[in-house]
Amino acid sequence: MLTDFFGPTIELWPEILHALGQTGYMMMFAMGIAALAGIPLGTLLYLIRPGSLAQQPRLYAVLDTAVNILRSFPFLILLIVLIPITRFIVGTAIGTTAVIVPLAISAIPDFARLIEQTLLEVNRGVIQAAEAMGASTFQIVTKVLYREARSGIVSTCTIISINFLSFSTVAGLVGGGGIGDFAIRYGYYRYQLDVMAFTVALIVIIVQIIQSTGNYLVRRLDKRH
Amino acid sequence: MLELQNILKSFTGADGRHDVVNNVSLSVGKGDIYGIIGASGAGKSTLLRTINLLERPDSGEVWLEGVDLTKLGKRELRLARGQIGMIFQHFHLIENRTVYDNISFPLEIAGVPKKERRERILESLAIVDLQDKVLVYPAKLSGGQKQRIAIARALVARPKLLLCDEPTSALDPDTTGQILRFLQDINRKLHITIVIVSHEMEVVGSICSKVSLMERGVIAETLDLAERKQHEPKSQIAKLLFNHGQEAKEVDYAYGLLRAND
Repeated sequence: MLTDFFGPTIELWPEILHALGQTGYMMMFAMGIAALAGIPLGTLLYLIRPGSLAQQPRLYAVLDTAVNILRSFPFLILLIVLIPITRFIVGTAIGTTAVIVPLAISAIPDFARLIEQTLLEVNRGVIQAAEAMGASTFQIVTKVLYREARSGIVSTCTIISINFLSFSTVAGLVGGGGIGDFAIRYGYYRYQLDVMAFTVALIVIIVQIIQSTGNYLVRRLDKRH
Repeated sequence: MLELQNILKSFTGADGRHDVVNNVSLSVGKGDIYGIIGASGAGKSTLLRTINLLERPDSGEVWLEGVDLTKLGKRELRLARGQIGMIFQHFHLIENRTVYDNISFPLEIAGVPKKERRERILESLAIVDLQDKVLVYPAKLSGGQKQRIAIARALVARPKLLLCDEPTSALDPDTTGQILRFLQDINRKLHITIVIVSHEMEVVGSICSKVSLMERGVIAETLDLAERKQHEPKSQIAKLLFNHGQEAKEVDYAYGLLRAND
């Protein structure tokens, strides 16, 4: 029974592991880039909001609109629109490394918006107390805002990485590989329903692991209750 | 030591412009515990917050020991704020920092080295008598304990002036008394000048040396409680509050009594 289920997939294991490796590679780099750009951008949005610590209402309106526009692009379209930029950065628009560019770029505005919302939940009174003690804006951001919002920031990273997993399945279109692409190639194109079911189950498990790890960290980091 | 001169602050709301603080001047002497009492919406908290420029006044001057704070640049203002402690109604501790790290915060800002920080933090904790809570997170503390930690956090920077914005309004009567005793001790032993905003008679009546009564953005009357006999309250509300202090415990309540008599 069990061998029936695993029967056709056993010989595919090397390929599954390879695909998992590709997914891991895409997610790690895309996540890193998205966080490196998205967290500062989200912080900037928070700081320059009208009424905030360093308000710049006009610049905020511009960035706010830009973030909204980028967020409205369907990923598949963004992937194609970005081909020239990807080619410029990576040297090619095809392959696993090439997919990292649109993945990261599509996640930056999502990341920024979620970070902005997370920071907005930090108690204004605590920030004012820090101001009253003579803290600079930079000190307030690093020592108060990020500290108070740290569990929210981890939640944001969890959401974004699960999004990546689902977006990376589209990567197959430009030869990006990965576990989602594997499921489509074997399960869908070759009608190997058992392989597809197996791979989808694998993806479900990965999502569960990411979510549980995220939840665990959020619980550990949140001392507010 | 502290002089407010012609402080004006207005806010523009949906129904037009309001002068929340309208041309207020007051003078706080070294070692005073100065109370500002008034009904909710009288502008007393806004006035207090203009002292460390959390609210920048539209016009007027804030003189602290010969320096006009309104004229300072950003950097100098931050340094000046380091000399002014502040505590709040809702404490405003950093929830994801332990008690120790909360008290450490003002010292980190000022760039005090780690070893000296430790000594000063423990010293401050001893003043508020909470040494056993060093590694606890604020969520595990009672309201009174949180306010004591907030006091320790304010004291650790060795301020000359302590601003208290409704410091006991979120606390029960017993805890209120305890916090007031701590404030009085700090004033006497550490020679820190204190300005307290409150709507509770008990607070100003029990520890303040001078009290200003604030009404609709202006100071209606200032009383020297140390020599109360020479300064008979003039306004009706002040008479009600200071001659029958025990009856009228809160300013809002006293106003209610006045209106009922009309």
